[in-house]
Amino acid sequence: MVYIDKEACKGCGICISVCPKNILAFTKDLNQKGVPYPKMIDEDKCTLCENCMIYCPDFAVVVKKDDK
Amino acid sequence: MEKKINHPLQKYFRGPINYTTCPGCGNGIISQAILWAIEDLAMDFDKFAFVSGIGCSGWIPSPSYNTDVLHVTHGRSIAFATGLKLATPNIKVIVTAGDGDTSAIGGNHFIHACRRNIDLTMICVNNQIYGMTGGQVAPSTPYHSKTTTTPYGSIERPFDLSQVAISAGATMVARWTTFQARQLRKSIAKAILHNGFSFIEIISQCPVQYGKVIGKRNNAVDMLMDYKNRSINVRKAKKLSPDEVKDKIVVGEFIEDKQVPELTQEVKRLRKEAVSRCQK
Ligand SMILES: Cc1ncc(C[n+]2csc(CCOP(=O)(O)OP(=O)(O)O)c2C)c(N)n1
Ligand code: SF4
Ligand code: SF4
Ligand code: SF4
Ligand SMILES: [Mg+2]
Repeated sequence: MVYIDKEACKGCGICISVCPKNILAFTKDLNQKGVPYPKMIDEDKCTLCENCMIYCPDFAVVVKKDDK
Repeated sequence: MEKKINHPLQKYFRGPINYTTCPGCGNGIISQAILWAIEDLAMDFDKFAFVSGIGCSGWIPSPSYNTDVLHVTHGRSIAFATGLKLATPNIKVIVTAGDGDTSAIGGNHFIHACRRNIDLTMICVNNQIYGMTGGQVAPSTPYHSKTTTTPYGSIERPFDLSQVAISAGATMVARWTTFQARQLRKSIAKAILHNGFSFIEIISQCPVQYGKVIGKRNNAVDMLMDYKNRSINVRKAKKLSPDEVKDKIVVGEFIEDKQVPELTQEVKRLRKEAVSRCQK
């Protein structure tokens, strides 16, 4: 499962761009920093590849393999 | 999905992970690569010490990593790290430095650490600019770049930092961009185990100060995709003409030489020899 800490996010969009399945997208809402943050749009397609986690410069994404 | 859950690398931090870098800065990706490498090696974090200088890259370990961290003056991180390593050879010393830190003010320390082959792991964040101070030209800024201090385009040719390290005698040298985060993680792990001076150069996005130089201001994604498109592995690059690789970023592990004597061991040997000479 992919967890996104929306308040740690700075809205750079990197996680969205490195997802091979194209299943992350910005929300219309803003976090307390005033930036849009990513949301999972199609969980079933997620391969748990961890790209979104390891590329996030702000450690805002966690991919957990054992709780899908 | 939006539930707060601890990051697997949280244990390496003193408190909550809270980098003050600009959105999309490559520093955080590099921080992860360093910590994932240590995680992969399953080594005790207390057996590491980090040394960093002044610059945005200096804040990768400082003050947040939960082990010994020395945050020293601009350009002098290798000098401090050399002292630290000679005094406590059983500690793994990792230097994180900027491209300016490494090759401008700290250039002399850099080449001599390579030549001495002291067992340090140097992580050089090459964002091709002086990030922290507002986007001034660095010795690694591409030719013709319009920076704060070169408004008509820079007229000096840049250093190829990895090639400088190789020429100066470093015994392990690799270069990646932040796009190759997985390869970077593996090379850092290798560098930590390497007994000698290892130099890992990372071409890293500074969307704020370098982004504006190349018309990609605040656009970390475009910078990362540009790295993806322009990176070429050294094995492939060797088969091409200089013209064909001109606009590419040559990445990969360049050298790994295990035969060269390492400085702290040379000091140890010398001490032993001196003692046995006195006893004769
Ligand atoms: C002795 C000294 N000279 C100059 C400075 C000003 N200064 C601070 S950081 C920096 C350069 C930063 O560039 P780089 O090393 O590439 O690090 P970055 O911020 O890009 O990560 C300079 C010139 C200083 N702090 N100390
Ligand atoms: S990579 Fe991290 S900081 Fe950037 S948008 Fe994704 S979650 Fe936010
Ligand atoms: S784990 Fe991989 S597939 Fe799943 S959302 Fe993250 S990047 Fe996409
Ligand atoms: S100025 Fe550049 S290098 Fe410094 S934190 Fe901002 S994006 Fe990163
Ligand atoms: Mg720099």
